[in-house]
This record gives sequence, C-alpha cells and structure tokens, in this order.
Amino acid sequence: MESGIFHTRYESDMALRRTPLMRWRIYLAVAFLLIFPFVGNSYTLTLADQIGIAAIGAIGLNILTGFTGQISLGQGGFMAIGAYTSGVLTTHMGLPWWLTIPIACIMTALVGGIFGIPSLRLKGLYLAIATLAAQQIIQWAIVRSALGTDALVVPPIKVLGTTLNKLRIGPFGGVDFWFYWIIYLFLALTILFTVNLFRTKVGRAFIAIRDQDIAAEVMGVNLFRYKLLSFATSSFIVGLAGALLAQYRGIVNYERFTIDASIFYLAVIIIGGLGSVSGSVYGAIFMTLLPAILSNLGRSLGSTAPAIARLVPFVQQGVFGLTIVLFLVFEPEGLAKIWRNIKDYFRLWPFSY
Amino acid sequence: MDKFIQLTLTGLTNGAILSLVALGFVLIYKASDVINFAQGDFLLVGAYITYGIIVQVGLPWTAGVLLAVLIAIGLGIVVERFVLRPMIGEPIISVIMITIGLSSLLRAVVTSIWGTLGRQFPPFLPSQPISLAGATIPVDRLIAIGLAVVLLIVFSLFFRYSRQGIAMRATADDQQAALSMGISVKRIFAMAWSIAAVTAVLAGVIVANITELSFFAISAIGLHVFPVVILGGLDSIPGAIIGGIIIGLLESYVGGYTPSVLALRSVFPFIALIIILMIKPYGLFGEIRIERV
Repeated sequence: MESGIFHTRYESDMALRRTPLMRWRIYLAVAFLLIFPFVGNSYTLTLADQIGIAAIGAIGLNILTGFTGQISLGQGGFMAIGAYTSGVLTTHMGLPWWLTIPIACIMTALVGGIFGIPSLRLKGLYLAIATLAAQQIIQWAIVRSALGTDALVVPPIKVLGTTLNKLRIGPFGGVDFWFYWIIYLFLALTILFTVNLFRTKVGRAFIAIRDQDIAAEVMGVNLFRYKLLSFATSSFIVGLAGALLAQYRGIVNYERFTIDASIFYLAVIIIGGLGSVSGSVYGAIFMTLLPAILSNLGRSLGSTAPAIARLVPFVQQGVFGLTIVLFLVFEPEGLAKIWRNIKDYFRLWPFSY
Repeated sequence: MDKFIQLTLTGLTNGAILSLVALGFVLIYKASDVINFAQGDFLLVGAYITYGIIVQVGLPWTAGVLLAVLIAIGLGIVVERFVLRPMIGEPIISVIMITIGLSSLLRAVVTSIWGTLGRQFPPFLPSQPISLAGATIPVDRLIAIGLAVVLLIVFSLFFRYSRQGIAMRATADDQQAALSMGISVKRIFAMAWSIAAVTAVLAGVIVANITELSFFAISAIGLHVFPVVILGGLDSIPGAIIGGIIIGLLESYVGGYTPSVLALRSVFPFIALIIILMIKPYGLFGEIRIERV
C-alpha cells in the first residue's frame, strides 16, 4: 500500500501526512465530524461534546505527562482554575464568554507554572505526590474562598445576540448542536498546535527531558525553563478544557474537579497511549463511551432486573479500575499502539515479519 | 494547658493510626519499589469485612478480626501475583496507575456490597473516658495507641531477628544479591503485600471502632498517608512511625489553634508536604538516591 511513493521535495518528506492513505484517513475523519451533528440526535451530540472536552483535557495532560514525562495528579485542580476563572468572569464581571476563555487559559497556565516549580528538584514518584498536594491545595482554596461549596451558575452563552437554544437553522439547533462546533473547533486547533509543537525545538526539548533528563541537560536543554514551559503549555490547554466545560455545562461545581478528575484524565492518556496526540483522542472516546454504554446496558436490563440497575454506578467504577489494570498488564502503550499494530498487520501482509 | 494535652492525645491517636498505614506503605515500597495508592482501600476492605463478619454473620469480634486478617493475607498475595508482578520493570507511571486502578476496583466492590452510608461499627473496645494529666481521653483511643506501639515493636523485632525479616531487608537492599543467596524474591514480595494488607486491616478496624464505619472518612486516610511517608522518608520504617506521629500531632494542633472556618486541618498536611519536598525531598530518614545517566 505504501510502495511506489517517492518524495522529491523536502516539504513533502516532512509533511505530517506523507502518504495518500494517511491523507485520505484525515479527510474521512473530518468529513465524518462535519456530517455527524446533522445526523446525530441530542443524546449522541451530548456524548460527542463530552468527548471533545475530554480530548482537549487529555491532550493537555499528555503534553506534560506523556511527552515531558512529568507525572501530574493535579489535572483536576488545574481544570478547576480554568472553569472557575471563566465562570466567575462571565457571572460576576459580565465579560462575554469568548473573552473569558483565553483569560482562563492564561490564568491556568500561570497557576500551572507556579506548581511546576517543584519539578526542578522532584521527579517521578515525588513529583506525582507534589502535584497531588497541589490538587488538594487548589481544591481547598476554592472551597474556602468566597465561592464556597455552592455551584456557580454561569449564564447561557449568547451568539449574535440570542441564546443558543433559540438559535436554529432549519431542523438543526440547540445548545448541544452549537457547542459541538465550538468544542470541535477548539479541539482541532489544539490538535494542530500539539502535533506541530513536537516538530519544533521546544517540543523536542520536552521529549529529550522525558527520555533522560540528565542527558538532556548535558546536551544544553535548560531543564528549569523547559519543565516550567511544559507545565504552562499543558495547563493552558487544560484550562481551555475547564473553561469550555464551564460554559457548556452552565454550572461549575468543585466536585467535578477533585482527585477523581485527575485520575480520570490519567486513565484516559494511559488507555489512549502516553505520548501520542491521537491516543489522547482515542482514550477520550473510549473512556467517555464506556460508562455511557454501561449505564445504557443497565437501563435496558433494569426493566427486567431492577437489582442490576441499582448496581450500575458500582459496576462503572469497577470497570473503570479493571480497564486501567487490564490495559497496563496487556497493552501498556494503549489504544494508539493497538491501532498501529492493526495498520502494521495490513501494511506488511502477507509477510508479517 | 488542658487543651494542649487534649490535642496532644488526639494527635497521638491519629498519628498512631497514620503510622500503621504508613508502615504497610513503606514496607511495599522498600521491598518492591511500588507506591501503593490502594493502601487506603485496604483499610476499607478490612473495616467492612470485619463489620460484615461481626454484625451480618454474627460471629464474636475476635473471630471477625482474625478472619479479616486472613482475608487480608490472601488479598495481598492475589494482588501481588496478578496485578503487581507484571509491573516489575515498567515505568513509574504504570505502577502508580495500576494501584489507582486497583483502588477503584476495591472501592467498587466495597460500595456495591455495603453502600457508602456511614454505619455504626460494633464497639468491641471499651470507650468510657478516663482522665489523664488533666485531659480526658476515651480508653479505646489509648488502646489504639498501645496497639500501634505493640505492632511497631513486633515489626521492628521481626525485621531485626527473624529469618524472613532479614530476607526481606536483603531483598530491599539488592534483589540480585538476595536471589543468588537463595532468597525467593517472589515470596518476599508476596509477604510484603500481605503484611501491608494486615496492618491496613488492623488500622481500618481501629479507625472504624474509634469513630464510625464511614466510607469517605476511611478512604481519605489513604491520601493522608502521603505527607507521612514523605516526611519520614519513603523507604524508612522508623521514618513511617515518627512521620505518622509528627503529622498526627501537627494536624491536631493546627486544627485546635486555628479558626475552624479555614478548615486548615485537612489541607495543612499537604502544604507541609510541598515544603518538605522542596527542602528535603528524601525525608528525615530516607535513603538519598544518586542518579546516573
């Protein structure tokens, strides 16, 4: 399939999509994403929106954990900063929603940078525990601030002077429909940015730090600067996910951003594939659909056996844990690696070795 | 002054419990370099199984605790064999995540059977208050401190004199050397997990006895053990004990002497944790590891 392709210019050799097949896969994916909102119902659109936000958050975490090798258990806290910044600015300051999103991103990047400072002295396990502390401290600060434990209600966003649920084009419309475009626009930008980041000097420095930080330092990579930069870049994108979540849900509650959120996002990138942008997206799809499928299954079984329906939340949690364990034991490189194996199988067929 | 003594006694009790949990934690880390995020969930499993045996089956409490300990040993062996052994030599994030996955799994099992509502634990330790140096303290808290001290002495002697304890220390020191001396490293790992599970079960039973059988309170202890082990040093058994008592005391004083609206008590250990990590990353007694390329 890949035979007979010759690159005669450096540009085509360095392109992200080097072969016609790779290009066609992207065209197909984009076409699917463009058609999807017109065929999906409101339930599938809700799921798609959740997947989009989860994918942005997972890419953010993957920059830090998968590409730079700095394990972070503070994802939930950083997302909370983004969500609350965006929410408070809209609710209390009356700023337009589209302006609060970049402010939230910058704010999260700053906080992420501050909590990244210990990373110069700490690595691996110790850094994981330090970010766990960051998570607890941010959560405490939010609950003890003027915001308290009450949910923050964000006014619904307005486009062209009307709220989204009133804005319709023919049969299509509603909050989920319009947010789909907003979220996937941001996701596309995030993917484009991240994929290209690792083709630049900064991105390569991140990867060098992950592979062997002392060796990277010897090669002239300024560890402190690039580790902080990694924390800030990652937090910027995580803040974007938080801000989108705040605007999409219309309600910000600290309970969404506890240590469980941090663990969820780590699970997403582990299952998707560490150090892989496409893996983050696969992981987000998998980890969002899995509980949804389980609860649907529970609901359909619930009509015949109510006892099973009652167990659904526990089954969801159990399956969540089991999925992490099984992936780590059998395919530590995640869904991205499985997809690569499938592609390799067909590429090399019939001479599979 | 009375308040001070009262806070000290409370802090010592909490510290003793934290020490017990931290002991299991350090044991696993020392033997196999695994950081166990599921340690708090072993507490849950222990407390709920004991509850189930005493209240729902109706056996006397001695049998309940004994059975829970036996189940803990089994659980430790199973977890080590099927979850942790495939992780030997894997990157640190895999090891962290697999124990987190395990924690989620254990929680799901516990909550699916017993739910998350708080329950009254059958109090088999006497709880009438006695006065001590001007402060009053329930007997069960004193028993908790006493039990922690006894267990810590037992474990210290075990590591100092018993054949298995020495083998364990040898494995922690150098796995290859231990293997060539005829020590079964696999068995040592299984033993480390079993002992850790047993200490966690006992700690869980004590916590449930002193307060109540609360899902959220007990699982939160799992997170509070991190400041303790970081302060004491991740690979130091005396560090776990002293760290537990220091953090327990500090938590108690901070809770007692700062305005309660701030709720500094719950976040203080984590602030302390970051400060310790910045100043002395390997803790008070931890072994400093030199990194080579």
